[in-house]
Amino acid sequence: MAGLTYQDDLPLGEKRPGKISHWVTDWGGMVVDGVSTVGDIAIFAYQMFVWMFTRRPAKGTLLINFYHVGVLSLPVVALTGTFIGMVLAVQSHRQFAMIGMENRLGAVINSSLVRELGPVLAATMLAGRVGSAIAAVIGTMRVTEQIEALTTMGANPIHYLVVPRFLACLLLIPALTIMADFMGIVGGYFYSVVVLGIDHAAYLQNSADFVTGYDLFSGILKSIFFGGIIAIVSCYRGFNCQAGAEGVGQAATAAFVMSFVLILGVDLVLNILLEAFYYAVWAPETSL
Amino acid sequence: MNPEKAAEIDFQSVPLDPDTLDDVSQAERPIVEVRGVTVRFESQTILKEIDLQIERGQTLAIIGESGCGKTVLMKTIIGLIAPSQGAVLFDGRDLGRISQQEMTRTRRRFGFVFQNAALFDSMNIFDNIAFPILQHEKASDSEIEGRVMEKLSEVGLPPEAAMKFPAELSGGMRKRVGLARALILQPELVVYDEPTTGLDPIMSDVINELILATRRNYPVTSVIVTHDMRTARKVANRVVMLYPRRRLEADQSQMLFDGSPSDLDHADDRRVRQFVRGEAGERINELLRETAAISQPAASQA
Repeated sequence: MAGLTYQDDLPLGEKRPGKISHWVTDWGGMVVDGVSTVGDIAIFAYQMFVWMFTRRPAKGTLLINFYHVGVLSLPVVALTGTFIGMVLAVQSHRQFAMIGMENRLGAVINSSLVRELGPVLAATMLAGRVGSAIAAVIGTMRVTEQIEALTTMGANPIHYLVVPRFLACLLLIPALTIMADFMGIVGGYFYSVVVLGIDHAAYLQNSADFVTGYDLFSGILKSIFFGGIIAIVSCYRGFNCQAGAEGVGQAATAAFVMSFVLILGVDLVLNILLEAFYYAVWAPETSL
Repeated sequence: MNPEKAAEIDFQSVPLDPDTLDDVSQAERPIVEVRGVTVRFESQTILKEIDLQIERGQTLAIIGESGCGKTVLMKTIIGLIAPSQGAVLFDGRDLGRISQQEMTRTRRRFGFVFQNAALFDSMNIFDNIAFPILQHEKASDSEIEGRVMEKLSEVGLPPEAAMKFPAELSGGMRKRVGLARALILQPELVVYDEPTTGLDPIMSDVINELILATRRNYPVTSVIVTHDMRTARKVANRVVMLYPRRRLEADQSQMLFDGSPSDLDHADDRRVRQFVRGEAGERINELLRETAAISQPAASQA
């Protein structure tokens, strides 16, 4: 272990460091590593923005990334969105029925989907499917010297590899979020109306009354932040991949875990800000 | 350059500003000058105060055992690694002082053949070889196709290989594609990282012949990092041997040998002769002592 000194190596009269010293050293090291990683990611993101605004990426690199991020993610996002809508109906129905408000199910399902679950679900699927793949591909390129090969041929790796992936995640995650919202609404409607037998008109009326344009806007706005986080974190992890197959695997796992934690953290902050903004501007009455 | 002589030169007095070098004509000026280069990774010193000049048209082989810093030196020469101290001048320009744009333009003059070819997995062979052209030139599709096919032919690959992907090729074919990609812009300096490692003797000789053919066909300077003494002897007209920094005294030069391949067998330094002959010598005992030194504290801790 780094920092340990063997008893025989200690100069005469010097005491072996105690457990508290080790504890402080370990925690101090973790804090320093954490701060260093945040700084590295900030510099990485800055370089990416500089390249994005100074030189247009090649059409070929953009289209292939748009296809991988958008088109190939669509089925899985739609499927999970549908299931989440139905699960919400299953979970909420019993509680609402106990207080005789099952006709209001449309309000809670659709509001939850559009405000929160749609964007977070789409981002989670994107982090799992696309983020890990980005880290693994770029990590493999790092390990097999393909990134150095890009540099030697005069192509900037951040411009060539990161900018197209960032743009693909940033521009297509709103579309994926809308798809997750839509399929969740369809799934919730199907289970509530067809399976549970809730009145069709009441379900739709409550949905229309309680889901606003601001809900949709805030969900999509949040998703744009999530897309940016996924792209930057995943590319960063790939670029800083350790050698070997294990290094690539760790980079892919770390990309997903880090993206997911950041998505939830940023989601909380954005929710607080968006709620504060909404109530400051419109100050609506709140009642069911 | 003799390492002892190199050590005598006061590099502080040598101007690094390229403007002051205008009086030296381009043809006389070495294409690469490594001046007092030290490279450290965290606390580990890989290269210490390396001085090297590479003349135009020269084929230099850098030899030495694993971990001696050959590849680090090579990557420092082409600006992939920034030296911790010292400077690398390419055609009189300090690579550490030029702008990003100028560095990109300068890289057009380098060709790099990677150890494992480093072909882009997502592209077919045609696109891999055409990549440098697309990065640096505005050429028509037909012109690009003509040049790519010409290079494929030069490295002995059939036209059908162009549409294959790197994963479909053998190691020797990948190396030849890597060579074709490195040569597509007709660079002034071609750097080869272990060009024959992992290849059978016949394919190794094919690569050696391709390196010689490149030298015959183009006015190119070559730097070859290799363990393969057959390659060094056959291809190079100058050989430099590096030694791992950690096994040297503080005042010892890391460059144990700098001379022609024919002088290798008669080198004064015993370590050079042993390396050339592939003899372990006292290195076995050194390794055993190192292993014992590592395991002893671990045992005392247990």
